[in-house]
Amino acid sequence: MLLFLVLFPLLLGALAFMLPSERWRCWLLPLAGTLHLGGVTSIACHPLPVGDLWLGLDPLSLLVLLVTSILYFACSIYAVSYLQLRSDRGTRTIVACLLIFLSAMTLATAARHLGLLWMAVEATTIASAPLIYYNRNRLSIEATWKYLLICSVGIALALLGMLFLAYAALLGGVEVTLQFDHLLAESSFLSTAWLRAGFVFLLVGFGTKMGLAPLHSWKPDAYGEAPGMIGALLAGGLTSVSFLAILRALQIMNAAGLGDLARQQLLALGVLSLLIAAIFMVRQNDVKRMLAYSSVEHMGILAIGIGIGGIATFGALLHLVNNALTKGCMFLSVGNIHRAFASKKITDIHGAMRRLPISGTIFLAGFFAVTGSPPFGPFISEFTILRGIFAGGHFWLAGAFLLLLAIVFIGMGSTVLGMVQGTPDESTDTAFKDTFLLVAPPLLLLLLVLLLGLYLPPPLRHLLEEAVVMLEVK
Amino acid sequence: MIELSNLILLLVVLINFYTLGTSRLVACIRAVAIQGGLLALLPLVAHGLSLHTLILAFWALLIKAILIPTLLTRTIREVRIHREIEPLVGFVPTLALGALVTSGAFIFANYLPLIAEHRGSLFIPTALATFFSGFLLLMTRRKAITQVVGYLILENGIFIFGILLSEAMPLMVEAGVLLDMLVGIFVMGIVINQISREFSTMNTGRLSALKE
Repeated sequence: MLLFLVLFPLLLGALAFMLPSERWRCWLLPLAGTLHLGGVTSIACHPLPVGDLWLGLDPLSLLVLLVTSILYFACSIYAVSYLQLRSDRGTRTIVACLLIFLSAMTLATAARHLGLLWMAVEATTIASAPLIYYNRNRLSIEATWKYLLICSVGIALALLGMLFLAYAALLGGVEVTLQFDHLLAESSFLSTAWLRAGFVFLLVGFGTKMGLAPLHSWKPDAYGEAPGMIGALLAGGLTSVSFLAILRALQIMNAAGLGDLARQQLLALGVLSLLIAAIFMVRQNDVKRMLAYSSVEHMGILAIGIGIGGIATFGALLHLVNNALTKGCMFLSVGNIHRAFASKKITDIHGAMRRLPISGTIFLAGFFAVTGSPPFGPFISEFTILRGIFAGGHFWLAGAFLLLLAIVFIGMGSTVLGMVQGTPDESTDTAFKDTFLLVAPPLLLLLLVLLLGLYLPPPLRHLLEEAVVMLEVK
Repeated sequence: MIELSNLILLLVVLINFYTLGTSRLVACIRAVAIQGGLLALLPLVAHGLSLHTLILAFWALLIKAILIPTLLTRTIREVRIHREIEPLVGFVPTLALGALVTSGAFIFANYLPLIAEHRGSLFIPTALATFFSGFLLLMTRRKAITQVVGYLILENGIFIFGILLSEAMPLMVEAGVLLDMLVGIFVMGIVINQISREFSTMNTGRLSALKE
């Protein structure tokens, strides 16, 4: 079943390459999105036993896969109308790459062998580079080149980190393997020196891919130049997958009794990310770059939550879900606004609520969600993390956390309110109008975020609790 | 066998220096192709003949020594740029830095906790030296193609380290890693082509419109 979920998007991707009809090709995306979501849901209802040598889903990876699948489903519906709007571009490359991207993300979440995980994450980099290059202008070339080079080098560091883990096993005199369950079982024998070095490399490597400061330099460029839909998939899906890889490394450190060290490093990167994001978010003139910094901020919150531990771990995993759905909602609605004003500079965009009543409203509501205002989901998860920080006795950190979130709220708020209020400038008018297929996906994601703020469904709570147990020190 | 593998590893280090010191891109690519070929021999020399090492050696030879260099050569022919002029850091300073990094790697490796067989072997210092030389090349050059060569050398360093741990990397994974690299370089080649078409240069220094 899992193998099927990895392989069928690949097959559809090959089909997309060969299909001659531009018109029908984009319908492969909703087909893949629906099949994938159906498959993942059925696995979630009837969990498969873990223990396969290569592929398997434990609660942690199931959580990430479920979120990614929901987000991909929404984006795939959106993609049909979006690609028809931009029919001059041709759809062959983007549809094929989107399908390969889905396959690679699924493989990365389901991999039980660290080498396989690495391969899949590197494949996501390669498959998403043409997606960032979609607009084919000077700026998107620059963004693509930075993304490709920085992420490839970052991921190479992670590979070295994995080999360090294997060397730790060699020196410890146990079976030399990168199979995750075996490595976890023999973790108390691993050589600590190599293990520590390996974790640093893994954190830096996958942290680059995830966009933790100071390794985030590619992120504003890539998210800024890519179409909104691609930004949604990168900011919601790919970052969660990379975070999963870091959590795998943390599991091994925990089992080897080095969990505290690993948590401190995560905490440091998390605070730095929050700080950098808050600084660059104020007076940001480009709405997509602003969202990219918001993504850096939320990656920081995830790292802080895991770094604190205890109840904050639950908050961080819940925040992973909230962040993916909210980012999807924001990027898709910003994509619509970008089309309607033919610009993503906030100096050109005024009165989005008048020109695009639905997209503008979703964007405004998404802003409240993303900054952690009640009654949306991120409020609950950020509040849980804050409770965890207080419970751990880190009062200074709690103060800084609140202050930085407030700065982000004000910085982002002034930008967003300026965009949605007022009257649109006639000179920027375009023929773009809200259509059902372009507003339904972000609306669906927004409603899910709202639901998570009001009510946490018991199956999801159960899944989160099981995943938290995996990250706790035994 | 130890002597043979040490000879190969020394040649690998010399090639690192050569790429750091040359301004001719074709020579740089050829050097990396030779380095890839030498690395392909290492599994055979280190672990003896077996199906696993034979397939790995063949696959590494095909990708590192033949396919990737061909791709890169084709790219520079298309964009018609043959020399690295005015690197960010000059050739002599980079060579000096390279020497520093390499000797640093050899000294550092002495202090690492290693299993008995690896003490005194050249594998780990060479792997580290190659890794950091690649990083150095990546950081100090402006031409996109030289940066790709730097990335390749960096990956070569990881490959050397990986040979010591062949049990950890099943053939399927090792093959997949190399395939990922090939496709990655292919995509990078396309982007370089687009850069030179849009900016009529391959200097990544021109890629500076996106910043705060």
